[in-house]
Amino acid sequence: MSELPLSATSDAALQAAPATKARGYWATVGRRIMRDKVSMACALVLLLIFLSAILAPWLGLEDPYKGSMIRRLRHIGTPGYPLGTDELGRDMLARLVYGGRLSLVIGILPVILAFCIGTSLGLVAGYVGGKLNTAIMRTVDVFYAFPSVLLAIAISGALGAGILNSIVSLTVVFVPQITRVAESVTTGVRNMDFVEAARASGAGAFTIMRVHILGNVLGSIFVYATSLISVSMILAAGLSFLGLGTKPPEPEWGLMLNTLRTAIYINPWVAALPGAMIFAVSICFNLLSDGLRSAMDIRN
Amino acid sequence: MLAYIARRIVYVVPIVISVALVCFLLVHITPGDPLVAVLPADASQELAAQLRTAYGFDRPLPVQFGLWLLRALHGDLGNSIATGRPVLAEVMRAVGNTVTLAIAAAIIGFTMGILLGLIAGYFRETWIDKVATSFAIAGVSVPHYWLGMLLVIIFSVQLNWLPAVGAGPSGSNSWAWDWAHLKYLVLPAITTSVIPMGIVTRTVRALTGDILSQDFVEALRAKGLRETGVFRHVIKNAAPTALAVMGLQLGYMLGGSILIETVFSWPGSGFLLNSAIFQRDLPLLQGTILILALFFVFLNLLVDIAQAAIDPRIKRG
Repeated sequence: MSELPLSATSDAALQAAPATKARGYWATVGRRIMRDKVSMACALVLLLIFLSAILAPWLGLEDPYKGSMIRRLRHIGTPGYPLGTDELGRDMLARLVYGGRLSLVIGILPVILAFCIGTSLGLVAGYVGGKLNTAIMRTVDVFYAFPSVLLAIAISGALGAGILNSIVSLTVVFVPQITRVAESVTTGVRNMDFVEAARASGAGAFTIMRVHILGNVLGSIFVYATSLISVSMILAAGLSFLGLGTKPPEPEWGLMLNTLRTAIYINPWVAALPGAMIFAVSICFNLLSDGLRSAMDIRN
Repeated sequence: MLAYIARRIVYVVPIVISVALVCFLLVHITPGDPLVAVLPADASQELAAQLRTAYGFDRPLPVQFGLWLLRALHGDLGNSIATGRPVLAEVMRAVGNTVTLAIAAAIIGFTMGILLGLIAGYFRETWIDKVATSFAIAGVSVPHYWLGMLLVIIFSVQLNWLPAVGAGPSGSNSWAWDWAHLKYLVLPAITTSVIPMGIVTRTVRALTGDILSQDFVEALRAKGLRETGVFRHVIKNAAPTALAVMGLQLGYMLGGSILIETVFSWPGSGFLLNSAIFQRDLPLLQGTILILALFFVFLNLLVDIAQAAIDPRIKRG
């Protein structure tokens, strides 16, 4: 890296280039996404939900675990309980805000884990090629033979209910998908001239993968991973909804939706609230991922 | 064509075996002794050992897998622990209901998706496109089990138009294509259709937009071909990819129906899976997952073959 400026200054063609300083790729992407109103609105909503979840204990909310038999299933707008109370008389607003903590973690963590594992697997498979590629990619194919919901439920069902098991099962669902994307972009880059040049100048396989390939493929894998967060949020809450994730009395949106199901004949709109939170997070991540994808597509 | 079909079928064999292996291993990642579910709480040591031998749990894993696979090939997936009936019969009975639901949802979702996608693709960057795209985004982002609850709240609880749960007035065992039964299908089918609707819309929109911006379309128009003729070309070019996406979606609907079937107590394979999980009925769990995954694999095979039949470029590739 250090000898680059030297050779660049000696290059007459580059010196003749326009005086305006070229922006880096990521700076351009950042600028483009900042101008996208939909993406920024979604980012703002997500920021609010994240901040309220993190800061929940300091927001002066009711105790999300404290119930009361005499004030069960109050309606939205009840004084003191702006979003009503649940089937055990617990404050809905507090439970929705606190619920974000678990819901966001179990929804997003599997994608982050799968991103790390899948990128490594795909990079190695794509760069090394040969038998290793066949071994990794044929294993990935097996997981593609299961619809993702079925695979998640099969693994959680076999492992038993629990937060950790639900995170493990969703990670297993997403690793093959990210591996496939990572492998295909790596294969596209590995035979390019600059990789060849690095190899010719004696760089080891690990260095080439880390320096020359990762930088060029990480963007596309990242965008793909962001598009999975929405699915992951829905599935994670879905596992809890089935009783395979979080256990009561923990506030978590999917589980809250499950326990409030019987209340739809008494107080339907309170029962529907946790789902609205899942929907909001999921659609914001989807739109943000779309915005990021088009911001990264510099050609148009 | 026959050679292509034969080659595709040969590719499927290792996949089927690996799928069976995954289903077999599922029981073995289960914490605790797989016998716990079968054994009475006060069972003696001898009874436990006897049952262990009877179920073959005392043999090495590869042997167990081989025997299990051999029996599965003969259609013997063991007996459900909860009911004592053969797993295969239980699953096949439930799958029928899931197929009914998936087909109804496919009719709604694919029709809507193709229409919205074509309209959005033709009127790109206009308000029509924005509306159609918003529908699509909402469809793929909505937690469908929650949408099901909302529909029940509106159409069953508030308006009292449609039943909230079940699959027919007389319970679950006699499905018929009349209104008395169909009205039980409406809400679950609409709920199931939103994800395929969203995905098909996005696919068809992208395909239509890409095809319309290609040079040959301009050439056709310059030659004086009417818009209906151009439209035929769009359909022909979009069909193979759109078909593949729809086939995959149909597979997801069949295999991923557990959440919706739980919300609506729809007596299909997902509902069966749910009860298998919570009764720790491992043979039933294993068998249901195996059969649903095999359905998915064969559906993918059919889609590949259909795609090659309408697009000869694929066979050569």
